[in-house]
Amino acid sequence: MKNPVIVASGGANIASLQYALERLGSRPRLSADSKEIEAATHVILPGVGAAQDAMMRLDGAGLSSLIPQLSQPVLGICLGMQLLYESSEEQDARCIGVLPGRARRFEPASGRPVPHMGWNRLRALHDHPLLAGICDGDYAYFVHSYALTPSAETVAVSDYGADFSAVVSRGNFHGAQFHPERSAATGAKFLANFLGLS
Amino acid sequence: MDRNWVRRVARILDIPFCVAGGIRSVADAEEVLGCGAEKVSINSPALERPGLIDDLAQRFGTQCVVVGIDSLATPDGWRVHQYTGDTARSRNTGRETLAWLREIQQRGAGEIVLNCMDMDGVRLGYDLNQLAAARTACDVPLVASGGAGVPAHFAQVFRDARVDAALAAGVFHDGQIGIPALKQYLGAQGVEVRL
Repeated sequence: MKNPVIVASGGANIASLQYALERLGSRPRLSADSKEIEAATHVILPGVGAAQDAMMRLDGAGLSSLIPQLSQPVLGICLGMQLLYESSEEQDARCIGVLPGRARRFEPASGRPVPHMGWNRLRALHDHPLLAGICDGDYAYFVHSYALTPSAETVAVSDYGADFSAVVSRGNFHGAQFHPERSAATGAKFLANFLGLS
Repeated sequence: MDRNWVRRVARILDIPFCVAGGIRSVADAEEVLGCGAEKVSINSPALERPGLIDDLAQRFGTQCVVVGIDSLATPDGWRVHQYTGDTARSRNTGRETLAWLREIQQRGAGEIVLNCMDMDGVRLGYDLNQLAAARTACDVPLVASGGAGVPAHFAQVFRDARVDAALAAGVFHDGQIGIPALKQYLGAQGVEVRL
């Protein structure tokens, strides 16, 4: 039986993620309790607000030290993905550090405002179970000002002036820079693929 | 506004959606976003108290804050109108449309919906002049509103006014234009669109 838990990291827009999982027939719980998170089959770390504030909330709940110990599949979404890395330029935040690297701010350019907001295409760098049924060129919905440059952990990229990491994975830690809960059929497939990991 | 209704929409919708109407404070916005909306759109309350835009952007980020403008051609030029949802209260604020467009961006509007009232509901095409002028004053996503009647109007407003999105209501509600067919058509016209 799947028992996914959404880490309650504060902020307003958790409902859409909860509903997206419910549409897949799942019954996610929202929790900041270490025991409940440890007992989950799948852990989702949503991203809300700014990096430093989010880390302070995770630190305060004792979760930034718990997350690296987890052995079940963990998915960071948007800021939640960036928090899995070592650090972020946003508020010069130290992050959880299960993935090597630092989130950097997009440089605004003519025709490329920051935040990068809207639908953009995914391009897989290699096969991964998270991308089952998702094709190169499928659109996903992004809202972010910081991004990770492609590295060994990058599974799929998207292009905003230059390629950035759109999906990452190492061991049981996974991340999506886009919002699967708002990415129509592509996002639903991605979340179903995550819940299918064991 | 009935917040449960927002929640019910969020439960079934898997794309971003924006709630407009009745949002007059940060607390109102927080409630609507908490129900699963992605963005809020404000119009008349922003004209009553422009600082509301700053407050919302500060709290939720500019990507959450859409500002709607109802603009009408007057002998003095394009002017912003307020309370247009109610013909008895609708009035000219005297604000120059392009000046307001600039001000709301400085305050933190992350997206602007420009409803050109002269064309609204007439289905004769978007107000290309006004939208092209707005484009030059607008660095955030600009949504054209008012006047869509046939698919060619959409292609025209993307090409000639370089807007980021085109809004329509009537032609979709009465089924005169089907959304999948419209997107196919725009794709064939060279407009980038998610099919």
